[in-house]
Amino acid sequence: MIEVRGLAKRFGDKTVLDGVDLTLGQGESLVVIGGSGTGKSVLLRCILGLERADAGSIMWNGAPIGPDFMDRFGMLFQNAALFDSLPIWRNVAFRLLRRMPRAQARQVALAKLARVGLGPEVADLYPAALSGGMRKRAGLARAIAADPQVIFFDEPTTGLDPIRAASINRLIREIVDETGASAITITHDMGSVRAIADRVALLDQGRIRWQGTVVQMDAAADSYLQDFIHGRAPQSQSGV
Amino acid sequence: MIPAALTPVRLVGRACLRLLEGIGAVTIFAARALAGIAAHPGELARQLLHIGWLSLPVVGLTALFTGAALALQIHSGGERFQAGDVVPAIVAIGMARELGPVLGGLMVAARVASAIAAELGTMRVTEQIDALVTLSTDPVGWLVSPRVWAAILCLPFLVGIGDVIGIMGGWLVGVNALGFNSATYIANSWAYLEFWDVASGLVKGAAFGLIVALSGCWFGMHAGNGAAGVGRATTSAVVAASVGILAANFALTGLFFR
Repeated sequence: MIEVRGLAKRFGDKTVLDGVDLTLGQGESLVVIGGSGTGKSVLLRCILGLERADAGSIMWNGAPIGPDFMDRFGMLFQNAALFDSLPIWRNVAFRLLRRMPRAQARQVALAKLARVGLGPEVADLYPAALSGGMRKRAGLARAIAADPQVIFFDEPTTGLDPIRAASINRLIREIVDETGASAITITHDMGSVRAIADRVALLDQGRIRWQGTVVQMDAAADSYLQDFIHGRAPQSQSGV
Repeated sequence: MIPAALTPVRLVGRACLRLLEGIGAVTIFAARALAGIAAHPGELARQLLHIGWLSLPVVGLTALFTGAALALQIHSGGERFQAGDVVPAIVAIGMARELGPVLGGLMVAARVASAIAAELGTMRVTEQIDALVTLSTDPVGWLVSPRVWAAILCLPFLVGIGDVIGIMGGWLVGVNALGFNSATYIANSWAYLEFWDVASGLVKGAAFGLIVALSGCWFGMHAGNGAAGVGRATTSAVVAASVGILAANFALTGLFFR
């Protein structure tokens, strides 16, 4: 469905992505893990067209990603990125309001909010009135509002307590299963990896260092991957 | 290998290229903003309220005190050569041609350019502008065009109202402190005021509106990371708008009245 080949991106002298190869199948949930500053978010931004890659290709259903793709994906940002000046229902219905009457868009928005566990009393509030977990849910409702074929999640559990993080992970998994959408999640939260992933890819030094299923991940011989999974500082960096 | 003696030349050349690149980028940004006038009428209405209506008190008060102080100054200076009677005409012409548009523009720059830069800068660092792109919405059309057009449309009205209030400030001082007859003051104000005195101020107002909104939007949309980035964007927007207004005022005054 999505095929990334040889993706490269530099910022000045710093090479962030150095030939990333990645594929995402129909209905598959891929989780990209990696340390801080390894280029996970840059990879996502390149796929979404928010950053221009220096080299490589990104194909969707066999063709380069173009404007038609923009209407077929949903995105949950790290801090939800809800529009402060709009009430929650208009945030959720933002894309819908261009293609259906206001009343109908509001009904769809309320249904999507209900799907992520937010009641109608939230609809007319502004984002500033919501807690971090509720904002994340509202962001998730916006991401799925237009029934996307691909959903991107950028650090979906950052800033949440373990219970709320588990609840967001469960929601993501349920939504991916229900809708049949493909999903790419960027995270370094191993709880998210185990709850969401069909397949895991480890990004290190600008390349995909390892990829496989969660079961394969636990059994992998790659020492860096094992350090990452178990939160161990590598011997050479133990003093950092 | 470039000889060391050429390093200053190279630096000047690089600075010139960057300047031209910046001018080109701002010009394209402005053209895109101006092209999107009818894209989001609801947002335009909201910005007309924010930029126009809510700036009225600050512009009105500035004009009132400026007109009053101008009357005192002209009377005090004019008396040195027995020309104290020209107060009404000079206040009216001064407000309409220069002080109304310039001080109105500067007050709106302080209030609006900073607010726009802070709002858009915060949207930039909290990824709201990226979110607009992922929702197939052009951020310039949605965020910049309504603000730019609202400022262009509102400033002439604010300047016009400021002119009237400023002349009224002069009248209040003239009648209550300088001994002018009320009817004579008003008659003299009108008698020497020409159409182009007022119209030129309104045209200046529209130009200053463009400068104010463009500065706020440009620096807000290009804010750096974090609170410090938003702070820098806000300061830069107000400084650029203020200097831009004063420079444009000089250029327009030269164009209109030489």
